[in-house]
Amino acid sequence: MARKDKVLVANGQGFWGDSLLGPIRLCREGPIDYLTLDYLAEVTMSILQKQRLREPSKGFATDFIKMIERTAPELVAKGIKVVANAGGVNPMACKDATIAALHKQGFKGVKIAVVEGDDIYGQLDALLAGGEELKNMDTGAPLSSVRKTVSSANVYLGAFPTAQALDQGAQIVITGRGTDPGLVLGPLIHEFGWKPGDYDLIAAGTIAGHIVECGAQCTGGNYTDWRAVKNMAMVGYPIIEASADGSFVVTKHAGTGGMVTRRSILHQLVYEMGDPKNYIGPDGTADFTSITMEEVGPDRVRITGAKGGPPTPTYKVSISYSDGWKALGQLTVSGPDALAKAKLCAEIVWKRLEYDGCTFAESEKLVEFVGANVCHAGIDVPNASEPSEVVLHIGVKGQDKAKIDRFGYELVPLVTSGPPGVTGFAGGRPHATEIIGFWPALMRKDKVTTKVSLFES
Amino acid sequence: MPIVALSRIADARSGDKGEGSNVGVMARSDAAYAFLKSKLTTDAVRTHMQAINSGAVKRYESDSLRVLNFILADSLGGGGSASLKTDAQGKTHGLALLRMKLDVPADVLAATPE
Repeated sequence: MARKDKVLVANGQGFWGDSLLGPIRLCREGPIDYLTLDYLAEVTMSILQKQRLREPSKGFATDFIKMIERTAPELVAKGIKVVANAGGVNPMACKDATIAALHKQGFKGVKIAVVEGDDIYGQLDALLAGGEELKNMDTGAPLSSVRKTVSSANVYLGAFPTAQALDQGAQIVITGRGTDPGLVLGPLIHEFGWKPGDYDLIAAGTIAGHIVECGAQCTGGNYTDWRAVKNMAMVGYPIIEASADGSFVVTKHAGTGGMVTRRSILHQLVYEMGDPKNYIGPDGTADFTSITMEEVGPDRVRITGAKGGPPTPTYKVSISYSDGWKALGQLTVSGPDALAKAKLCAEIVWKRLEYDGCTFAESEKLVEFVGANVCHAGIDVPNASEPSEVVLHIGVKGQDKAKIDRFGYELVPLVTSGPPGVTGFAGGRPHATEIIGFWPALMRKDKVTTKVSLFES
Repeated sequence: MPIVALSRIADARSGDKGEGSNVGVMARSDAAYAFLKSKLTTDAVRTHMQAINSGAVKRYESDSLRVLNFILADSLGGGGSASLKTDAQGKTHGLALLRMKLDVPADVLAATPE
């Protein structure tokens, strides 16, 4: 197969909830070869798991189907390939919904691949019996201590199965839990024939993937000097212009808002970063400090010199488990004396609950006075002591669901039996919602089997 | 030496890492980086963020990127869906750190774009 010199890999979705316009505009506003879409975060896996428990045909990113409905004509006409982790905890159901969406518009013969193998939920007991302890990486506790309440377990797969799906001719690749940078690395492995063991190239693809994985966060979104960002409303989503030697240019389509500069990229490079010299991925490690960034044109930054090393013998595993209940409510308290009255409201809630025999430990309660310096607590900021209004944000958590629900009854009454100027009950009475705990663990790679299946619409 | 906010000489971005958060501090000049490497210690960050973070603070350095990366071990009130806090993902911790007041030498300020 003839290999291209340059491959354009764009990211149109930084997380589930990101603007639907990202992928739509990327298809319209200029050339791209690949559209990658990231829908999964640790919290998202928990939400999808709850959905699948309620309804077996759910548990994937439904925004992806909306995206396919909106962009199908352009995807097909331009031959844009799509790589998305939209499968969540139910990639086959996601594939079925994708095919249905394509059929609705009369598109037949589109090849869709599904990557599986990340979901180890059904094998947990066998794995534990076989000596995998799946210890919590943060606390060291063995998984057996929460085994009964585990509701999902997924391995962060590498990028080679995605490349394999593309090798088989898929135009759309749907995965479950893989690493976010792997969405970009997979297409590069496929296009350039990179092999396991090409550690510097894998590091380059991983760093490229990390830079674009949160969409507009590398093109001016969430940028310190926000006043300098032009046309943020129409911010351009990022595109990697990749070469076979591992060098790449980060750019965006001409005429879009935001900017691509060394400084905008650095903002994303440090996002959710640990040790910058040792970014661990399933296909290899990457040294973020090895790269050279050069502004080579307007909104064009060339990155070279990426160095990497061999992967660890383990996969990271994302496990979720039921960890009790919580309820959160809020109300707005106007001035004068907004803060003092909001504090009184919180006291009233706790006293009325106590009267009814419902008490919470300090660690189970939270009260915030939004507007009176919650986010930067303890730091001297202007105008925090006399805000003209505050939002009382109050919540509880614990193992007893009935108690958590009981809490929810004592917020709304403050309108008529509290201080004056209480309003803004967004969402009505708070109810208990389940807390899904996140349990990060490691497991041996040889215990995981990946599978790539090809379908046609 | 003039007392200025950290934001005068550095950018920052933060996000969640398990039950904690990371704050990447990006110096805007070599002089600012050298200054911050000696003054923006884990103790200084821990003290400044003590009402937000109740855990340990770890610092990673990258001279080539002019980045100091701080890991705040316990700053989200439980992390993930267990947190009751408004900022359960630590999205605002970068700006919180940028509010830190520092005694910055005039030559460092002169060498660092606003």
